[in-house]
Amino acid sequence: MAHKPSEYKSGVYVDWCPGCGNHGIVSALQMALSELSIEPHQLVIVSGVGNAAKLPHFVKANGVHTLHGRLLPFVMGIKMANPALKVIGVGGDGDGLGIGAGHFVNAGRRNIDMVYLLHNNGVYGLTKGQASPTLKLGLKTKALAQPNINERLVAISLAIAAGYTFAARSYAFDLEHLKGTIKKAMEHRGLALVEILQPCPVYNNINTKEWYAGEDRKDAQGRAQSRLYKLQNSGFDPVVHDEDENFKKKLAGIEKAYEWGEHIPIGVFYQNPLEPTFEDRFRDRIPFYLENPPAKQLLKNTDGTSTVNLDKFIVDLKTTHE
Amino acid sequence: MVIDSINWMAGGPQGSGVDTASAIFGKACGYGGNYVFGRREYHSNIKTMHSYFHQRLSKQPIEANIADVDLLAAFDAETVVRHVSEIVNEGGLIVDSRDLSVNTLQDIKTFSEEYKNQIRDFQKENGVGETISDYLNYAKQRRIQVYAISYMELLKEIGKKTGIENLGTLSKMINVLTIGVSFALLKYDRKLVENAIKATFHEKIVDMNLTALNHAYDYTENTFDVKGFKYKLERHPINEQRIFLTGNQAVAMGKVLGGCRMQTYYPITPAADESEYIEAHEILKTKTGNQEAVIVLQTEDEIAAVNSASGACLAGARAATSTSGPGFSLMVEGLGWAGNNEVPLVITYYQRGGPSTGQPTRHSQQDLRFAIHAAHGEFARIIVASGDIEECFFDAAEVFNLAEKYQMPTIHLIDKGMANSSQTYATFDYSKVKIDRGLIVGKKELEDKDYKRFEFSENGISPRAFLGTKNAIQWYSGDEHNERGNINEEPLNRRKMMDKRIGKLEVVNREVPMEFRAKFFGDKDAENIVVSWGSTKGAIIESLNQLREENKSLGYLQIRMIHPFPSAYIKQILSDKKRIIDIENNHMAQLGGIIAEQTQIQPSHYILKYTGRPMMTTEVYGAILAVLEDRAPQRQVLMLGA
Repeated sequence: MAHKPSEYKSGVYVDWCPGCGNHGIVSALQMALSELSIEPHQLVIVSGVGNAAKLPHFVKANGVHTLHGRLLPFVMGIKMANPALKVIGVGGDGDGLGIGAGHFVNAGRRNIDMVYLLHNNGVYGLTKGQASPTLKLGLKTKALAQPNINERLVAISLAIAAGYTFAARSYAFDLEHLKGTIKKAMEHRGLALVEILQPCPVYNNINTKEWYAGEDRKDAQGRAQSRLYKLQNSGFDPVVHDEDENFKKKLAGIEKAYEWGEHIPIGVFYQNPLEPTFEDRFRDRIPFYLENPPAKQLLKNTDGTSTVNLDKFIVDLKTTHE
Repeated sequence: MVIDSINWMAGGPQGSGVDTASAIFGKACGYGGNYVFGRREYHSNIKTMHSYFHQRLSKQPIEANIADVDLLAAFDAETVVRHVSEIVNEGGLIVDSRDLSVNTLQDIKTFSEEYKNQIRDFQKENGVGETISDYLNYAKQRRIQVYAISYMELLKEIGKKTGIENLGTLSKMINVLTIGVSFALLKYDRKLVENAIKATFHEKIVDMNLTALNHAYDYTENTFDVKGFKYKLERHPINEQRIFLTGNQAVAMGKVLGGCRMQTYYPITPAADESEYIEAHEILKTKTGNQEAVIVLQTEDEIAAVNSASGACLAGARAATSTSGPGFSLMVEGLGWAGNNEVPLVITYYQRGGPSTGQPTRHSQQDLRFAIHAAHGEFARIIVASGDIEECFFDAAEVFNLAEKYQMPTIHLIDKGMANSSQTYATFDYSKVKIDRGLIVGKKELEDKDYKRFEFSENGISPRAFLGTKNAIQWYSGDEHNERGNINEEPLNRRKMMDKRIGKLEVVNREVPMEFRAKFFGDKDAENIVVSWGSTKGAIIESLNQLREENKSLGYLQIRMIHPFPSAYIKQILSDKKRIIDIENNHMAQLGGIIAEQTQIQPSHYILKYTGRPMMTTEVYGAILAVLEDRAPQRQVLMLGA
C-alpha cells in the first residue's frame, strides 16, 4: 500500500531550530519511504543521542531512541533477531564518530543490511556548540573558546576502510539528491552509510548554508559557485562489479572523500554488492535462520513447556557409561 | 565430616594438562557411581603459572569442597611446595623424582617474593629444608606415602611401546600418567578409566593414551605397595543417568531451555565459556522438530553486548548477555536504558575478584551492591542469586520469565566458584520448566486499538508488542517518555511513569512465590541462624548437617531473590534469633548490610572470605562452631585454599 510522504509524520512537535538542516533530512527521508512504499510497521528507525537522534519521534514508524553513540549495537540486536525488519540508523557526527567510534568501525566487519544516516554539521548542537569529530583542525566556530585543536575524521573514508559496503554523501538542503541517495542506500543490501552535510545555523558559523552554496565565490555574472558537486556527473563509478576491482574502488572512494574546501563531492563514493551480509553468513551456518530467526521461534509448546530437548548437551556431560 | 570422601588433587603449570587430567578423573569416578565435586584454580595466564584441580569423591552427593587432600598428583615441584601442607597424615603424594633436587627458594621462577617469604616461614616453623627432598622427608614424618617416579623414564618406556620418540609429544601425557598412578593407588577399576579416556580424547590419540594409562597402572602395581596405601575408591551401583558439569555449562543449558535465542558477549573470564558452549550447540534439538537456533554474537565490547541484547528483546527474542564485573561496569548505561524502557533484558553476571581487573580468575561475591545499584537514576530490576550448579540451571531459565512478566532487566548473579566448579548430579528433570512470556498484545486486539507501548495500567505492566507488529507502531527513548514512548518532560507524566516503572517491584513482591525467593534449611525454631547468598550454600549445608548431628540448634536461610528483597519474610525469620551469622565471600558483608537496611535486624556475627578462593566446608564448619561456642570474634576471616 502506497503512503504519501505526509503519512510518515508522527504528529509529534518537531523541536529542531528554525533553519536546521534536520528539517530537510526528515522530509527527504519521508519522501524516500513513500517512493519505496515502506510499511511503517515494518520499519524501525534507531537513533543515538543528540539533535539528529530525535528524528525517530517525528516519523510514523517504529522508533528506538537509544544511548549516545550506541545506535549500531541496538540495530545489530534488532536486525539479527528479526532480519525481515527494515532498519535505518540515525545519529550525528559526535554520536557516530566520537563516543560511538568503536561501534562505527566494528559495524564494518559485519555488513548488516541497514542504512545509517550520519548527520554531519561539525558541532555538538544539543550541548551548545562544542567541536565535533568532523570539524577541521584550527577552525573556530562561534561557541569555541579556542580554535579546534583536533584534526577531523572523514566519515566516508573511515567507513570504506572499515568495510561498509556502501558509502555516500549528500546535503541536507538538496532534497532531491538526498532523497535519491537515501533510496539508493535502502536498495543496497548491506551496511550503507549516508553522510549528510548539514549547516547548523546556531553554532556552526563557518560551514553555513551560504558557504556550501558558494555565496563567497561568485563568477563574473555574480552567480554563486556552489562548493558541492555531484560525483556521478563527473563520471565516477563507485560500484564494485567484480571482486578483483574491490580494493581499487575502495582507494578511489577514499581519495575522493578527502576532497574538501572549494570542491566537495556528493553522491556515492563506494558500493560493493558482492559482499555477503551478516544475515547471509548466519544463514550459511543455520540454514533456516532467515525464516526462523530468534524473534520468530516458538520457544514453548502449547502446554507452556520448552520446545528444547537438551540431549545434545547431555551427551557430552554424561557421567554414566553404558 | 559426616560425608566420607576421598580428595584427589592434580597440580602443575598451566597448559600442562591439569584440566584434561581432571576431566578424565571426574568422568572415571562418575562411571563407577561416585559423586564428584571439582574445584578449579588458575592464574590469569596462559602457560607456566601454577594451576590445580581439587576433586572430592564420595558415594553420596556432595555440595562443596573441603581443604583436605588425600592424594596429590604433582606435575612439578611447585605443586609440592604449594600443597604439601594440605595433604592429610597418611595421605599420598605422587612426585617426579627429577624434582627432588629442586631448591624451593632458588629454582622455581614462578614464585613471587611475597610467596617466598611464606615459604621461609613454613620451613622455619616446620624445620623443613629448602629442597623438594626435604619436603618429602617432612611429608614422610607425617606418614604421608611418597611415590617418587621418574616421569621421563616412564614416558620413554611408553614411547617405546607406542613408537613415539618426540619428547614433546610424550610429555603431553604426563597427565594421563599421573592419572594411571593415582587410580592404581586407589585400586580403582581400570576399565572405567579406559572408558573415560575414550570419551575424552579424539580417536586419533586414544590408543597412545590408553597405552600410557596401562603402563602407569602396571608400573605402580609392580613397584609400590599399593595395598599399603589405605585409600580405596569403590565402585557403586548407579540406577539413574548422571551428568558431571560446570556452572558455565549449567547456565548455558538453562538459558536455551528457557528460550534464550540470542546471546551476546565480549570475551571475559569466567563468563565466556558459557557463550562458547552455547555457540557450539547453536542449532537446537526440539521435541517436535521445530527449527530453532541460538544466535551468539561476539561484540566489540560489553557496551555493544548489552545494547544488542536489548535490541533483540524489543524485536521479540528472548535475549541475554553474559559477563563479569569489568564487563558489567561497561554495561551500566545500557542497563539504565533497559530499565527506562522496561526491556526484559537478562544479564548473567559471573562475579570474580575486583575492583578493576582485580583477581581475574579468582572467586568473589563482591558485586551484590553493585548489581542492585548500578546505573544512574531510579528504576526497577530483579536480582536472582543462585547457590549451586543445579540452581544455576533452573534459575537461568526462570529469569527470562521474570524479566518478561514484569518487563524489567533481570540480573542472574553467580560467581567464579560455581562457573568453574564441576559437580555430579542426576540428569536434571526439566520437564516442569515452563515458559511464560508475560503480557503480549494479540493481533486481533490491535485491529481496533490505538496501541501505546507504555500504556498506564493498574499494576504498571503494559502489553508488549514486538517491533514489526502490524498496528503496533511503538517508540522507545532513553529520555523520559509518554505512554507512546515519545519524549516528555512534564511533571505529571514524569510522576506517573516513575510510579509505573518502580511500582512493578511491588507486583514482583506480591506474585513471586517465597519458595523461589528464599530457602530455609535446618530447624525453623533453632535459636541460631546462618544467612547467606550464592555459592557459599554447599559449604554451609554440609556444615549445618554436621552441626545438627552434633545437636547444635541451627538453621540456614539462603536468600535468592535479593532485589526486590523479601523483607517481611526475612524479618519474621530473623526476629527472635539468638545468633545471626552472616556468611559471604566479600570484605564488606554486603548482604548483612542489606538485611539491616531492609529489616532493621543486624547480624550478630560475620564469617567472611576475600582471598579469591571459595569457602570450604572445613573452615565454614569450624567458624560456625566457634560462634555457637561463644569463642569467635564478631568477624571471622577465612583463609583456606592455595
